[in-house]
Amino acid sequence: MPERHDQAAGSQRSAGDPATASHRRAHTRARDLERYAGLFAERTRVMRSSAMRDLMEITARPDVISLAGGLPDTSTFPPETFAAQMTRIAQESAAEALQYGPTEGFDRTKGCIREVMVAEGMDPDPDDIIVTTGGQQAIDLVAKTFVDPGDVVICEGPTYPGVVPVLCSYQAETIQVGIDDDGMRVDELDEVLDRLAAGGRRPKFIYSVPSFQNPAGVTLSAERRRRLVEIAREREVLVIEDNPYGLLRYEEAQALDPLYKLDGGDYVIYVGTLSKILSPGIRLGWLCAPPPVMEKIVLGKQATDLCTSTLTQYFVAEYFAEGRWREYVSDLIGIYRDRRDTMLDALDQHFPGQATWTRPGGGLFVWATLPDYLDTTDLLAKALRREVAFVPGAAAYLDGSGTNAMRLNFSGSKPEEIREGIRRIGQVIAEQVELFETITGEHRAVTHSPLASPGSGPASGSAADARTAAGPGDVVPFRKRGE
Amino acid sequence: MKVAVLRGGRSLERQVSLRSGARVEDALTALGHDVVPLDADDSLVAALKSERPDVTFVALHGPGGEDGTVQELLEILGIPYTGSGVAACVRSMDKVLAKHEMRAAGVPTPDWFAFNATAFRELGAAEALADIHSQLGFPLVVKPAAQGSSLGVRFAAAEGEVPEALVGAFSYDDRVLLERHVSGRELAVSILAGDPLPPVEALPKEEDRFDYEARYEIGRTEYVCPAEIGAAEATAVADAAAAAYRALGCDGFGRVDLILADDGPEVIEVNAIPGLTDTSLTPMAAEAAGIGFEQLCGRIVELALERPRLAPSG
Repeated sequence: MPERHDQAAGSQRSAGDPATASHRRAHTRARDLERYAGLFAERTRVMRSSAMRDLMEITARPDVISLAGGLPDTSTFPPETFAAQMTRIAQESAAEALQYGPTEGFDRTKGCIREVMVAEGMDPDPDDIIVTTGGQQAIDLVAKTFVDPGDVVICEGPTYPGVVPVLCSYQAETIQVGIDDDGMRVDELDEVLDRLAAGGRRPKFIYSVPSFQNPAGVTLSAERRRRLVEIAREREVLVIEDNPYGLLRYEEAQALDPLYKLDGGDYVIYVGTLSKILSPGIRLGWLCAPPPVMEKIVLGKQATDLCTSTLTQYFVAEYFAEGRWREYVSDLIGIYRDRRDTMLDALDQHFPGQATWTRPGGGLFVWATLPDYLDTTDLLAKALRREVAFVPGAAAYLDGSGTNAMRLNFSGSKPEEIREGIRRIGQVIAEQVELFETITGEHRAVTHSPLASPGSGPASGSAADARTAAGPGDVVPFRKRGE
Repeated sequence: MKVAVLRGGRSLERQVSLRSGARVEDALTALGHDVVPLDADDSLVAALKSERPDVTFVALHGPGGEDGTVQELLEILGIPYTGSGVAACVRSMDKVLAKHEMRAAGVPTPDWFAFNATAFRELGAAEALADIHSQLGFPLVVKPAAQGSSLGVRFAAAEGEVPEALVGAFSYDDRVLLERHVSGRELAVSILAGDPLPPVEALPKEEDRFDYEARYEIGRTEYVCPAEIGAAEATAVADAAAAAYRALGCDGFGRVDLILADDGPEVIEVNAIPGLTDTSLTPMAAEAAGIGFEQLCGRIVELALERPRLAPSG
């Protein structure tokens, strides 16, 4: 029987020495665990632990090139600016900055948030804004406000891996709608909603990252944005628009209107964050919602943490008062564009022809799809031996699918690391593909995108047939490389 | 006494090892030893040379720590260490070698075939797959030869599932084995100083039977110790476990995993360094035998000090 070193006792990686965390766990005896097990809330039963987690812990080793993170590069933020602002806060507003603040957030913070939203063409009423502890809390508050156990929530497949534990902990019944190069398959969404309606059900909300999606890097097209907003109105369903990356745009093309703008804020609840354009460490996000929803959200936030860090809000206000935030964002854009280009170039060069991947116009991630016989969790184990890491695609699904995909981050590594990392992953994939072909004595089909030009791959096999017949909730493969 | 506890390392089981090690450190400290925790990284030999421990407790799992590598270094440095010696570690970590040894010693173990990737790449082994299928039947268990945890272990219910399972297993090791699936009760027998401890039975929920994740989650697999089996069966299981442990030349302690089928036990594998975490099976078995965790660790250290050193080879 397999080894079963149980890891139920701990769930989160500690920031410090991992040995310290396990040292504390070591005091817990099996029978203590049994005792606690009887006390856990029902909702914790669906918080899945994962074999993947132990693998992911290894990705933090310093000698591993990690394309697994989702980290912005904070090394370019000028320390002297940081120091000057914090000093000014200490000198001028120490007492206030160390005090509680209003649950909704300070008006000054909302002013900064408004600036960011205006930059993307939105014009929110400050009363519709609540300042949250990162965008993650905004998502959690939405789920807390709307989801009873068993309620239906719809999200993209793949979806933001960080939303998975949120939906699980509120015991949502989640349906994932496929995506392609133009973002969420809105036609498929329509079918899912019809099917639900036929059973007398309606989702509590549709969660979407329309711009430069995490993890897939794709962007919802203008046409689909209009259609999604229409659907929300027609069917009176809420859409949660999570937009952390909208300003990290690397192409000249006109920015697409946020759903919140298209809808006017009736059915679209907007989630924003400064994590990707200023700092994730300050934990500053926000949410825009109509007044009746806001009332509940405020109550929810009071229960959670009373208010968002006052010190953080003072820092943000100081930073925005200097008026150079857009300059900093354009610096980041320059850095990330370069890294994205490096990654795409390296993918072209080093990934085998059986792989396909997205070409994001912004954001932090590329999503690669491999032949369906490869499991990227297994592949990660092999990649770790070559000291390179990525996020296995299964992390972006709630139902165990996505096993042949991977998320690759380009914002957190230097270009030469990206190039080398992609080279190593490409090599590992090529070896496993070759092995499979040797074992089966056949060359199986690439998983074709409807967008791939005909005849660009070998003859279709069972895998490709299954794809063609993909129904709602299935993964839709992406453009083949070089197209 | 100065005891170095080796934990961590670079295998995929690093986290488990850190948990085992931390708990061992606690126990040895409580016993009054001077405990020096050491991570098995590139400074290990230097650290051992400067610390000069009286004995080393090896709490490493997986390749590197459980396969004889670290043990060989400790032999060279002349530092006594816990658990099995080099040869037994080599044999236990390599599931294929272990099965050959067991078979030769008359220990029942399920039929199997093993391949390395080269056999497929250079010798056309794919042609032999059909023969394997007809001889072993389905479902088949496909596993990497040298992975300690159940990472990479797949069940193939039909021929079409075999290539994918093979590629998965080959992600962890260059050699894999295909094993006849034996259905029966899943038991683990820990052994301390050659004596079998009470067996632990794993009772996964039926739907999780082939689910690796289930084994890692409290509440999804239930463990019962001592396993509720008849006296005759208990004897057969204990004998098979002890025989497997001896066949591989294990020393100090270890854990033998078996399936109790209708016609008796079959040994699946031997773990030279079983998990010692708060929920691991060996501490559970020891406790069922009235041996607390501190006592268990203390005994394992004593056994290490009693063992004569290996003569230099060659």
